[in-house]
Amino acid sequence: MNFDFSKEQQSFKEDVRAFLARRVPPERQEVFGVEYDGQYQFGREVASELAQRRWLAVGWPEEHGGGGKGPIEQAIFNEQMGYGMVPRTGITGLGFVGPALMVFGSLEQQAQYLPPIAASEVEYCQGFSEPNVGSDLASLELRADRDGDEYVLNGSKMFTSYVYNADYMYLLARTDPQAPKHRGISMFIADMKTPGISLRALPYISGAMAAQTFFDNVRLPATALIGEENRGWYHAMTTLDFERSGLERYGRTRRAFDDFVEFCKTTGLNGRVISDSPTVKHKLAEIKAAFDVWSLLCWNVAWLQSSGAVPNAEASVAFLHGTEQRLKFAQSAMEILGPHGTLRGDSQWAPLRGTIEGIHRESMHLHGAGTSEIHRNIIAQRGLGLPR
Amino acid sequence: MDLGLNEQQKLLSRTAREFLEAECPISLVRELEDSKEGYSLELWQKMAGLGWLGLAIPVDHGGDGGNLMDQTVLFEEIGRAMVPGPLLASSAYVVRTILGAGSDEQKSRILPQFASGDTTVTTILAGQSLNDGRELSLRATIDGQGYALEGTAIFMPYADSSDMMLCVAGSLGQTESTVYLTLFLVARDSDGLTTNAMPSIGDYRQHEVRFRNVRVGPDATIGQVGGAATYLAPAQQWTTVLQCADIVGRSEKILEMVVEYSKNRVQFGRPIGSFQAVQHQCADLRTAVDGARMATYHAAWKVDNTGNNGTVRDASEEVAVAKACAGSLSRLATAVGHGIFAGIAFTVEHDMQLYSMRSKIAEANMGDTDHHLEQLAVCMGL
Repeated sequence: MNFDFSKEQQSFKEDVRAFLARRVPPERQEVFGVEYDGQYQFGREVASELAQRRWLAVGWPEEHGGGGKGPIEQAIFNEQMGYGMVPRTGITGLGFVGPALMVFGSLEQQAQYLPPIAASEVEYCQGFSEPNVGSDLASLELRADRDGDEYVLNGSKMFTSYVYNADYMYLLARTDPQAPKHRGISMFIADMKTPGISLRALPYISGAMAAQTFFDNVRLPATALIGEENRGWYHAMTTLDFERSGLERYGRTRRAFDDFVEFCKTTGLNGRVISDSPTVKHKLAEIKAAFDVWSLLCWNVAWLQSSGAVPNAEASVAFLHGTEQRLKFAQSAMEILGPHGTLRGDSQWAPLRGTIEGIHRESMHLHGAGTSEIHRNIIAQRGLGLPR
Repeated sequence: MDLGLNEQQKLLSRTAREFLEAECPISLVRELEDSKEGYSLELWQKMAGLGWLGLAIPVDHGGDGGNLMDQTVLFEEIGRAMVPGPLLASSAYVVRTILGAGSDEQKSRILPQFASGDTTVTTILAGQSLNDGRELSLRATIDGQGYALEGTAIFMPYADSSDMMLCVAGSLGQTESTVYLTLFLVARDSDGLTTNAMPSIGDYRQHEVRFRNVRVGPDATIGQVGGAATYLAPAQQWTTVLQCADIVGRSEKILEMVVEYSKNRVQFGRPIGSFQAVQHQCADLRTAVDGARMATYHAAWKVDNTGNNGTVRDASEEVAVAKACAGSLSRLATAVGHGIFAGIAFTVEHDMQLYSMRSKIAEANMGDTDHHLEQLAVCMGL
């Protein structure tokens, strides 16, 4: 057993860290819950420079514009992007669309779509959830009816994050309403400029801007279909198992925690240094232990991937633990700071530029990539073999 | 990075599982609850024959020369089978203490006896009282060439069925405020030494050991006079990791038991394992077991490995994280086990209660969650 990176991996990690520290100064770092003007554009600029170094998709094959390394290097990079609090762009393309295309896309589709993702030239959003469909995703209702060389889409998608910057949507739609629900779904890539697509703004409590996306007789060419018709559900489920180490989310949350510990050690509140309180010490130690375990569970997933396995219940274990412990951290940090913790980043009185108030809102993101209950179902049914 | 066990460790794990299923079934564990010794001497000898007692002893002292990770893999199986006897105390705590503190002569004389199972030895696992001067109740005074020991040691596991025990005794320095803590290896049949059972949860065998002018020779001291705390610290880390492994192994077994039961127990016309309320408890336990296992492996690896620059890494933080997590896991496994088995696990005849009682002992031994969170806070500079 060996928990160390190889020499090459270690120096890669240090290179990434050093580059990001230089390129993303504190005033440009993404604070939880605050959307600064121009942050997205800045994030794209940084991503382009990372792409030029072949770091952005370091785990992808070189012919697709990647760095030709493996899942460990990709996880190292993702963790550093999180820990460096780099304004993040392009994650749907890099995390989901790319891996799906590499497995299910045609050679033409791979050549068309993959290099721009690896080069940070495009932004994707995801079209999975719908107004009536959340955890029961296979019941989705957006229709895609074949009409000659085209598919005609009608319906709507919900919770479309990143949509206001997106060039494409990677989506699931129903192509066979007569088939059993899992077997009538197909996967598509839709150009967001296609006529008939419209948006209704849907601001999130995290500060991000998303939308409900409407499709009104939107005509996609048949070449927009990814993989086999009516196999989209299975393609999507396989794809979800790829980008599952979750180290970016860990890195970002860990940074907030480390900064918070430092703050507690150096700041007075109610007449004493915050961390002098035994209760505070206990809380911080509890979170530290839980976060160290979170990191180990994430690396276990990355390592399984690097050894050729497809993590499934293991990824849900890491994700569930992370979601729960992030919430616990946010709650504990708010308790420790009392009323000061409620101040937003735009208050001059806000500790840590409001990041604790921000992470408190962010920590209520208990649903992305599956609610905690769905992850428990996966662990129990697929992992432990309990009956459905 | 390689987070898998190596082939040798996989083999050890598999062999240990098969051996203990055959030689130490739960029926034997139940049977031994009422026996005089509290453990099986026959099984003890067989484990010695497999090299388990001397796994952490170097080859030139009669052992198998394994590292902590090897022993961690073994103790997951020991914990799973709840093997009765002072295995953790003898094959880990005492062995590692003597390796760090003993003279070459002592190591080559004493350690082979432990490895072969000819001599059984025990020491205190409970809490930190062993090397904490403030709780000192055993005193050593110079007596001719040797020492006289006077006082009481508590929480000594299997003291009345062990041949030797490793104790810490204090002697006063030139001023009343200076106390030297020294390690002594004492024979149980020494004149003036008596043991009394400390009735404990799950009938776990531990004893109060009284010393009334117990006279020992100069060779009974292990290491320098006053050096106990220094010698014990690394052995304590080592043993704490194995206590975590013991908890992880037993919790995994509890999880298997509740999953199996949930698949077969039918209520409301369906297996209870089809209810999400039951599934989600199992999922939470799976998550906690996986987390504690990773933390335990991480700590074992850290203890085993020196850094790239050749210096020994400090594993305090990793060990504290592992035992804090293992302690929480122990509580969760008990809650989930009793929650899902419900009424039947409240009966003495059901095995679940024994798993949960032993889990409580394991949680308390080698420092509980609160203790290790305090240690962790120190590591964090809080």
